[in-house]
Amino acid sequence: MSDIADLSLIAVTKRFGGIAAVDAVDFEVAQGEFFSILGPSGCGKTTLMRMIAGFESPTSGDIRIRGVSMLAVPANKRPVNMVFQSLALFPMMSVGENIGYGLACAGVSGPEAAERIARILDRVGLSGFGPRAVTQLSGGQRQRVAIARCLVLEPTLVLLDEPLGALDLKLREHMKIELKQLQSAFNTTFMYITHDQSEALVMSDRVAVMNKGRFEQVGTPRELYHNPKTSFVAGFVGDANIWSGSAAGAIAGGTRLKLATGAEVTGMGTGIDDGVRAYLRPEAIALAGSLDELSALPNRFPGTVSTVLFDGAASTLVIDAAGFPPLRATLPQAGPLAGIEAGAAVAFGFTPEALKIFPA
Amino acid sequence: MANPKIMASARTLTSEGLGERLGLFLLITPAILWLGLLVILPHVEIGILSLSQRIAARVYTIGFGNYFEFLSEPIYWHTFARTALLSILVTAITLVISFPVALYIAKFAVGKSKPILFLMCLIPFWASELVRTLGWMMLLREAGVVSFLLQWAGIAGKPVEMLYSDGSLVLGLVYGGMLFMIVPLTNALESLENAQIEAGYDLGGTNFTVLRKIIIPHAMPGIVAGAIIVFMLTVGNFVTPVMLGGKNGLWFTEQIYSQFITRFNWPQGSAFGFMLLLLSTGIVWLGLRLTGQGFSETLRRT
Amino acid sequence: MKKRSFLLYSAAFAALLTAGGANAAEKLRLLTWADYAPKEIVDAFTKETGIEVEVTLSNNEEMISKLRATQGAGFDLAQPSQDRITGPQAEFGIYKPLDMSKIKSDQFIPSMLEAAKKNTTIDGKVYGLPHVWGTDGLIVNTKLAPTVKDYKDICAPDLVNKVSYRTKRPVVLGFAFGMGMDPFAVYGDKVAYQAMVDKVGQAMIDCKKNVKFYWDGKDQLISGMRAGEVTAALGWDTIGWRLNADNADIKFIAPKSGALGWIDGFAIPSKGRNDDAAYKWINFNMRPDIAAKVAASAGNFTASKGADALTKGKLKDQFAESFPQAAIDNIKWYPAVPAGIEAIDGKMLDKVKAAN
Repeated sequence: MSDIADLSLIAVTKRFGGIAAVDAVDFEVAQGEFFSILGPSGCGKTTLMRMIAGFESPTSGDIRIRGVSMLAVPANKRPVNMVFQSLALFPMMSVGENIGYGLACAGVSGPEAAERIARILDRVGLSGFGPRAVTQLSGGQRQRVAIARCLVLEPTLVLLDEPLGALDLKLREHMKIELKQLQSAFNTTFMYITHDQSEALVMSDRVAVMNKGRFEQVGTPRELYHNPKTSFVAGFVGDANIWSGSAAGAIAGGTRLKLATGAEVTGMGTGIDDGVRAYLRPEAIALAGSLDELSALPNRFPGTVSTVLFDGAASTLVIDAAGFPPLRATLPQAGPLAGIEAGAAVAFGFTPEALKIFPA
Repeated sequence: MANPKIMASARTLTSEGLGERLGLFLLITPAILWLGLLVILPHVEIGILSLSQRIAARVYTIGFGNYFEFLSEPIYWHTFARTALLSILVTAITLVISFPVALYIAKFAVGKSKPILFLMCLIPFWASELVRTLGWMMLLREAGVVSFLLQWAGIAGKPVEMLYSDGSLVLGLVYGGMLFMIVPLTNALESLENAQIEAGYDLGGTNFTVLRKIIIPHAMPGIVAGAIIVFMLTVGNFVTPVMLGGKNGLWFTEQIYSQFITRFNWPQGSAFGFMLLLLSTGIVWLGLRLTGQGFSETLRRT
Repeated sequence: MKKRSFLLYSAAFAALLTAGGANAAEKLRLLTWADYAPKEIVDAFTKETGIEVEVTLSNNEEMISKLRATQGAGFDLAQPSQDRITGPQAEFGIYKPLDMSKIKSDQFIPSMLEAAKKNTTIDGKVYGLPHVWGTDGLIVNTKLAPTVKDYKDICAPDLVNKVSYRTKRPVVLGFAFGMGMDPFAVYGDKVAYQAMVDKVGQAMIDCKKNVKFYWDGKDQLISGMRAGEVTAALGWDTIGWRLNADNADIKFIAPKSGALGWIDGFAIPSKGRNDDAAYKWINFNMRPDIAAKVAASAGNFTASKGADALTKGKLKDQFAESFPQAAIDNIKWYPAVPAGIEAIDGKMLDKVKAAN
């Protein structure tokens, strides 16, 4: 990492009318980093990215690339290139012409351009595709052309606006890996926008979770998953059972919590007031045939399996238990419970650390 | 779907096949009647008529005399060439003026302003061509509005005549052609994704590069369709050249009119009509070749 | 519902097409000039005879073209100038001979009737009768263009962009007389006529810088002269007199070398369906009281005997001012136009229009 960040945003705000689409956002992206912004639609992530690309200008704040303010630099002069959600390949140009467009704009032409086009096509695995029409390509190939079109210009920063959204599931899974590999091979800074937490978690070095124009939390995928700092992050990143209730007081090793549905459990949390919300990941729930087997856990309860949702490695059980809303637990693939059926009695438990409590 | 024609012929003997054939026949009959009665038949008749030469009163013979007359008489082919060149000029000017308008309507106008702008382009066409042309005459004549305003503002010392020249003729024709250029252009440009334009800038393109490499190529079918329509309308216009063109503004349609109506020379008029048909077909063909557009593709994409 | 109403409309449309008005009340389809069949006269005629009149306005060339297109069908009575009857008749056969027994000859001014008969006779059969007559001459704003007295004066250098005339035969003939030639004398000799037309063509091209516009409809000329954009024109006396009524400076002047006298007549198209109604219309129109009303509407005199006495004073005064006795004597009446002559004029006029 160099001393100066590739991209830094300082208190960037964008207002449309009276509404702040982006509200005083600060962050830095280091050289070579794969940085994602994760958030639901309408959270302001697209506006943020369009400001970085130069299609919108911030109401206040500063955007700097390698320390240089970009506010006065038009989109076509910024060392930033973008992969659009629709890819926006030029349909009337061939693959080679699509890639050569940016080079021509930069004044690179003739043999040098041809060589750079051939080299980049080779690196994205599309050797010899130059003369093809873009309409003849498969979804994955189009994706690669769109990225090659940016990378050939050797930008400081590549912006990607949910480019995988239009692909089918299998290809999307495949492209996640490919994108990550491309990024590390080129060692170019990527900034990735998505509402799909799996895309963000799999590919990114760091993820910013965005909600209502603000960053809720910035951290590695691991941090976000295991140590969410806000209720929103806990709910948005990863899967969770979400309970509401009220804090009944602190005890040694945790906080007592009385659920709205009646049960009393122990969890961990800070700044807890009357109304709280608690998050418990399905894989953090330990299952057993009887309560005795879970004696090490402060929270342990009996219940009944109401449904088995079989999905291979991601199979879950829905458990009915007195005092709880129906809760989901990951079904272990091995052991005595692997073959459990609906209607069977089951015991479940979890550590206080696994139950994250936030103010509602 | 299998080709219905093949399916129909494979099942000719079944009643269902017959029914399908009858249906197809009934479907295309109006089109054939339309083409036959209103397009082909008159042209065949004009073609035959153009080959008849007058020898004496009520005595005619077959020959190419009318076409030789066209070629050997400079005033005829001068007017012909003048009409062709001015029509190309008018088409080009119409395109240049309409393009920004269409681009604005298609890409920059938002919300209600879009239909309102479109309506504003359309409103003049609620009046007949005659009325529109008369409107221009009111504005441009020596005792007209523009001349008056120029004098009032002290720019002109005496009444200015802006009518009855090639300038006023081109102005009137461009005005009459604009809508027919704007509509296909707007259609073509509306289908251009905003992201394509943004990508054009994002990859380093200037306004000019984006226009030349992305917007214009995308709008090409609309440009060609608009140009064909405007060219055809201009070449075949009669009212505007007669009224705005004045003493020097002889248009080829006037030659045709005068052969038919004032000289009673139908064969000559027919020959001229055929030449005009050849001219527009030829120039449209040339235009399509130069822009690399297919005719059927142009029709389909607009 | 939709289907049924569609069928109903189609049937009604088909019925309209086939019936074509044959079932309607008796009808006279009249092809004439503007102002020759004012509503007042048409209503009076319908009231008296029960015949409806369908009026189509036109001019000489269009009348011939229309009748030629249908080979003489579509109209029951036409009103071409009497000099333009024999030529097109020889060429296209669009008229039928008149039955003189059905005409009340005593309603016509005898000399005009005789002249018209002579002019429109082919193989001993008469094809035309006189109706309205008038002249072509100079319409001049005497204040702005005081020097214009004859045809050639409109080409004077002080009238650049101030002149208007038609690109039609009367202008060719006017130029010819103005240049001291007699076109009527060479009507029979195509070579001599061609030579004369060539000279006229050159003069018209030389005169082009003076032309503001070539007028086509009379309203165009009237508005140009009213606005002062045009100060001298060649045109019909009636236009001059109408302008004179509003602006006393504008006068119709009989040119020194002679005004051109025309007579618009009656002729029955060869496939006319209602000759009786046509004769009734002719006889009705030649009655002095009716003819006087037509004269007032058209602003010209008629060939009806006794209508003069009923014509209003203003027109008479204007006529008297424009036509002293010498000018009347100098009117050049159009002889019948031989076939083929019009083509020579036409080609020359095309050249004039195309010249720069």
